[in-house]
Amino acid sequence: MATTTMTMAKALNEGLRKAMEKDPKVLLMGEDIGRLGGVFRITDGLQKDFGEDRVIDAPLAESAIVGTAVGLAIRGYRTVCEIQFDGFVYPAFDQIVSQVAKLHKRSDGVYTMGLVIRLPFQGGIGAIEHHSESPEVYFAQTAGLRVVSCSTPNDAYWMIQQSIEHDDPIIFCEPKSRYWEKGEVDLENPPNGLFDAVVRRVGTDVTVVGYGSTVKTLLRAADTAALEGVSIEVIDARSVSPLDFETMARSVEKTGRLVAVQESPVTASIGSEIVAELTQRCFYSLRAPGVRVSGYSVPYPPSRIEDDFRPNVDRILDAVDRVMGYES
Amino acid sequence: MIDEELVQLLSPEGERVQHPEYESTLGSDEVFGLYRDMVIIRRLCNESTSLQRQGQLALWAPVQGQEAAQIGAGRALAPMDFSFPSYREHGVAWCRGVPPEDMLRIFRAVTTGGWDPQKYRHSVPTVVLGNQTLHAVGYAMGVQRDGAEEAVLTFFGDGASSQGDVLESFVWAASFNAPVVFFCQNNQWGISTPSSVQSKIPLYHRAHGFGFPGVRVDGNDVLAVYEVTKRALESARVGGGPTLIEAYTYRIGAHTTSDDPTRYRIDAEVEVWKHRDPVERVKALLAREHRVKSKALAEVAAEADALALKLREDVLAMGRPDPIEMFDHVYAAQHPLIDEGRREMVELGVSAGQH
Repeated sequence: MATTTMTMAKALNEGLRKAMEKDPKVLLMGEDIGRLGGVFRITDGLQKDFGEDRVIDAPLAESAIVGTAVGLAIRGYRTVCEIQFDGFVYPAFDQIVSQVAKLHKRSDGVYTMGLVIRLPFQGGIGAIEHHSESPEVYFAQTAGLRVVSCSTPNDAYWMIQQSIEHDDPIIFCEPKSRYWEKGEVDLENPPNGLFDAVVRRVGTDVTVVGYGSTVKTLLRAADTAALEGVSIEVIDARSVSPLDFETMARSVEKTGRLVAVQESPVTASIGSEIVAELTQRCFYSLRAPGVRVSGYSVPYPPSRIEDDFRPNVDRILDAVDRVMGYES
Repeated sequence: MIDEELVQLLSPEGERVQHPEYESTLGSDEVFGLYRDMVIIRRLCNESTSLQRQGQLALWAPVQGQEAAQIGAGRALAPMDFSFPSYREHGVAWCRGVPPEDMLRIFRAVTTGGWDPQKYRHSVPTVVLGNQTLHAVGYAMGVQRDGAEEAVLTFFGDGASSQGDVLESFVWAASFNAPVVFFCQNNQWGISTPSSVQSKIPLYHRAHGFGFPGVRVDGNDVLAVYEVTKRALESARVGGGPTLIEAYTYRIGAHTTSDDPTRYRIDAEVEVWKHRDPVERVKALLAREHRVKSKALAEVAAEADALALKLREDVLAMGRPDPIEMFDHVYAAQHPLIDEGRREMVELGVSAGQH
């Protein structure tokens, strides 16, 4: 098995390179992605190797990045759009929800909207405003789109390739605070299907579900809880739309307790969806109501105080204590 | 009120007009063909308005007054070119071969599309203003990458000219020298908003600020629209980059059948434009210059009537879609929520016959 250690940023870069080698119709488009290699260097070196026609330095207009990718898709190209930061995706919102999500339907299946919109998301990098948001819920609400998030370099390498090959439009959420963390990447075999949730740590007392940068925080919380004799099963949702409820339900039927964690505010969130659905599916297995841990319902705060906004180990363990506190 | 730089080859009275840069290349049969197209599309449009008034369509967006702009542009397209319309380009759809009944499906509210856009090389209607202009530029960038000698034509109005997407599409087309032609039908009104509110300069002047040529053409002169569009498309095909065409015209009817233009504009203005009718001037030309007999004109009218009758029959035959179809083509690949919705509907016993 050919495995190698690399950062998530490098894994994404290698995944993009592989996709471009495999299919000449794959293009990259975004702001500063060519000569600079992207502000996070995810596309570093790709314009040099694949040329300016395939790695397109875009004028600074997000609606046009997505809107022209739609036209390229109609022409048979697969464009990977880079939106520089989560908070800059909103100018493209109209194209994403009105066109990207609906044109397959409107054309009675004739148009294939095989495009990927890469979105560095979530906080934790000490940035200024508009650089740390979690807009995945807006897109998860929109029929016609799929939304996924990687949490490890191995997933980053494989999920970006799977997303590019997929015929549906995919919002690809990258946890920017994990870009520089290293992990093993298996260069030969994809670990899972694109829309599968995976158990990252086996446990028996509480099922805790998260995605993106949150997964690592959940693993840390599980380590701490283990010291106190509480066994947490950590699930990485990976796909936030559609959600893999089967994998989650198998876990909750075993543990009887559920905590769902995310950085976005709680109202109509992915965690709310997980708790509602699993309450229906696992009602007779549940020993406590499902609990959500979220960013507070405020605009993303100045980053000096972001650690008190983002779900941290303490808040997750507090939620675990609460679900453990119900005794039948 | 008409700009001196307006390209016009045929006066409202049907007289030939000399222009230093453009001349009509069309022979007698071709001019007659354009006349036929305009008569038919006007007749089909009137039938559609009637169908809406009789409760058979949810809405209709009339094209009356803009026939020359749409037929001239539509006939200038080469077979391999691709066009991206808004929601009023019935004349262009006709030129591209879209069956009239397919144009009315969206207005009968039995679909959100209507036709196979790849088959006719004419995209599906786009209701959100200006979105399609970016699709056109992206498609044109694909044409460039394929090394193909094809052009892309996209349509929008004076109202949509204020949309960010339209202005972004100008930037992109210029930056990438995309083989795209922007065709703006300035019909003077964005529902109740006059075009003077959308732009303080003639719309075609905007192109210069973005770095490509702009042309204002008499949008009620089918000969001029055809030549101006044809030249812009030819330039785009051979690497000449984008052109903005402003077809200066007038929406004789309402914005849609839900609109009441008497609330915001005066009859005298409409009357002025009725004297610039796009169909009548070609009719005058045909009679005088090409000796087209009234019998031939009557045959066209009869053909248009027959098509209108067939359109009516086709529309009335469009039943309520099977509700289960709402789950089709939402995604290209399997999706659990689609499977679940479909299953639930089947279990509830919902069928096409229910109301």
